[in-house]
Amino acid sequence: MPTFVYMTRCDGCGHCVDICPSDIMHIDKTYRRAYNIEPNMCWECYSCVKACPQNAIDVRGYADFAPLGHSVRVVRDEEKGVIAWRIKFRNGKKDLNLMAPITTKPWGKHITKLADQPAPSQEMRDSQLLFNEPKYIRMDDGDIHTLKSNGLKMKQGVQY
Amino acid sequence: MATKTIVEDNIDILVAGAGLGGTGAAWEARYWGQDKKIVIAEKANIDRSGAVAQGLYAINCYMGTRWGENNPEDHVRYARIDLMGMVREDLLFDMARHVDSAVHHFEEWGMPIMRDPDKGSYLREGRWQIMIHGESYKPLVAEAAKTSADKVFNRVCITHLLMDDAKENRIAGAVGFNVRTGNYHVFKSKTVICGAGGASNIFKPRSVGEGAGRVWYAPWSSGSAYALMINAGAKMTQMENRIVLARFKDGYGPVGAYFLHLKTYTQNGYGEEYESKWFPALQEMVGKEYLDPELSHATHRPIPTCLRNHAIINEVNAGRGPSHMVTMPSFQDPHLEEIGWHNFLGMTVGQAVLWAATDVDPKNENPELTTSEPYVMGSHATGSGAWCSGPEDLSPPEYYWGYNRMMTVEGLFGAGDAVGGTPHAFSSGSFTEGRLAAKAACKYIDDGKAEGINVSDKQINDLKEVVFKPMEHYTVHRNEIVAGDVNPNYHNPRQFQDRLQKLMDEYGGGVTVNYMTNDKLLNIGLKKLQIMEEDLEKIAAKDFHELLRAWEIKHRHRTSECVLQHTLFRKETRWPGYYYRGDAMKLDDENWHVLTVSRRDPSTGEYTMEKAPLYHLVDEAE
Repeated sequence: MPTFVYMTRCDGCGHCVDICPSDIMHIDKTYRRAYNIEPNMCWECYSCVKACPQNAIDVRGYADFAPLGHSVRVVRDEEKGVIAWRIKFRNGKKDLNLMAPITTKPWGKHITKLADQPAPSQEMRDSQLLFNEPKYIRMDDGDIHTLKSNGLKMKQGVQY
Repeated sequence: MATKTIVEDNIDILVAGAGLGGTGAAWEARYWGQDKKIVIAEKANIDRSGAVAQGLYAINCYMGTRWGENNPEDHVRYARIDLMGMVREDLLFDMARHVDSAVHHFEEWGMPIMRDPDKGSYLREGRWQIMIHGESYKPLVAEAAKTSADKVFNRVCITHLLMDDAKENRIAGAVGFNVRTGNYHVFKSKTVICGAGGASNIFKPRSVGEGAGRVWYAPWSSGSAYALMINAGAKMTQMENRIVLARFKDGYGPVGAYFLHLKTYTQNGYGEEYESKWFPALQEMVGKEYLDPELSHATHRPIPTCLRNHAIINEVNAGRGPSHMVTMPSFQDPHLEEIGWHNFLGMTVGQAVLWAATDVDPKNENPELTTSEPYVMGSHATGSGAWCSGPEDLSPPEYYWGYNRMMTVEGLFGAGDAVGGTPHAFSSGSFTEGRLAAKAACKYIDDGKAEGINVSDKQINDLKEVVFKPMEHYTVHRNEIVAGDVNPNYHNPRQFQDRLQKLMDEYGGGVTVNYMTNDKLLNIGLKKLQIMEEDLEKIAAKDFHELLRAWEIKHRHRTSECVLQHTLFRKETRWPGYYYRGDAMKLDDENWHVLTVSRRDPSTGEYTMEKAPLYHLVDEAE
């Protein structure tokens, strides 16, 4: 049933409930721990698995086509900026460890805060340009593309 | 039934749904509207919502003008031939000329974009795709949106748009409910940028149980973009243009990197090349203008996605399935093998889970492919969505009414799946469309177009009753039965979803009928949808979670109705491999080289269909 929660690891913190895009991780009222209330609306997106501080959530492939006995586990570390995966096959013949960066910079520190930018001029407002354009289109002094600059003419109908 | 009513007043820009389109809109809006009130409403949590929730391993729309790789018109040619001609070239050109600036910002914010070690430019997967480590793509753009927005309302599902009571056909905000607290939320806003999603789960999936969640497009993509806009009376375009995907079987793992970067290719079940033998007959159906294998070979013009599907479908039907992806040669290279796995982990983990479960090692065997059930969306190799104004400097009069990406309802803008006629925008293009819509929305307000908006308490209170009716209905009828879900007075959301999927599959051209439909079937389908609409008044929700599902299925139903109306209107088979009109099996450029446009009258429910002219900005030659 796509995601499931290990009884002995979950402490009911609710991080998975906060993050699940499908609203299917809920807290069981008797056990005060999380569980997947609607497995056939689970995308196996691993958002809850990555968010769980106790590593209590795992995935068991969809029952209508995935045999038992496999494992795909993950640890996502925002501070170190990496994600680490381990894939284990049912027959035990393959055991892959894969790591990838998730960011090149300290998390969230380098986002352009537009409230701090000087307000755009009227000329800029009347133009076709967006913030930081034309500079950021080509990272040089070139201008935005137009029909005229690219030698294009509008025609109606079949043109093949 | 409802708990509190919470009114957020004096909003300038309301972003309804914040995936890639919505986050782009919220972020950019702050630059053009530094004194404006920007609010986001999202049914999930913007850190992991929308189609990019689990990440991406590639950005599929990047021109690379900075390295002299492509110009916007090249991208227009590509998207146009892939969609068999049916695109809005003004919107496509506009998106393409801005998209690189979005990607350059992503890199600056910390997105790991791979570089070509020899050229120093971004590492190309294909002509348009660049490779990224994008597991955190969505959290990253969400951070950007948060720096601009005044308020973010997570877990608030928008159910309806509010209309101005002072001026006809003008937007005035939106209403919805919090899926956790059940509070009724009213957003009074001068403009709305619809960033909600396309539709999965309206056609019966190939999976039969839990695997129904392993849809190609996210299961939470409930067609809300379309239903919200259609119900507000906005004109829609190209809604017949549903998409079918050729993907790894059951897991629907992506094939783009496999084809383009890993140089894998397809074979039939007997190890033979099969595509070319279907092309002569297919060329008879669509004409040499659209399928010319020799020209494609010589010029690298792509063979349209739908036509390649057609070959797989026919080969399997001829008894030579399954289709296989030939991975074994490439996967002997450990570096390429690693990329193959990373590609899944970055955007479709479920495929890695499935191969681990079935011991499929692409180094030792060639995995199976299949064609998926159809989906309705507007940012991949299909362009369903609202009929929007283009930019002033690119659009002919029929495509231009003052504000870029504004729909035919004043003050209602869109981005991503919401905008029609702009396929191949993907993540970066959707974010870019959001930016364009945000600038235009600010201008609309600054021009005084949103003055004097009035939303009556009656409209707000009437909608409140409508929003919570499924829970009320449940309460009234629940105790007529002992237990269980079989009740003569209601269906629950899952029961309605099964009913919709079966109906759309059998009458609208789903997998069990090999994507085939005709005018007779479509008319029956429409009639059944109308009866279903009557029954949807009796949908029951036992809690707030089911209320969310109830509104999702209502949105899926409205989307489906529009899809069938458009499919019936376009009397030709424009996209063999996406769907077939059995009563008009040929492409018909003489009558149908046009865009289809519909409007549903909100007061009567009647659809008006029209043909809109197709303008070409770009000629064929490169």
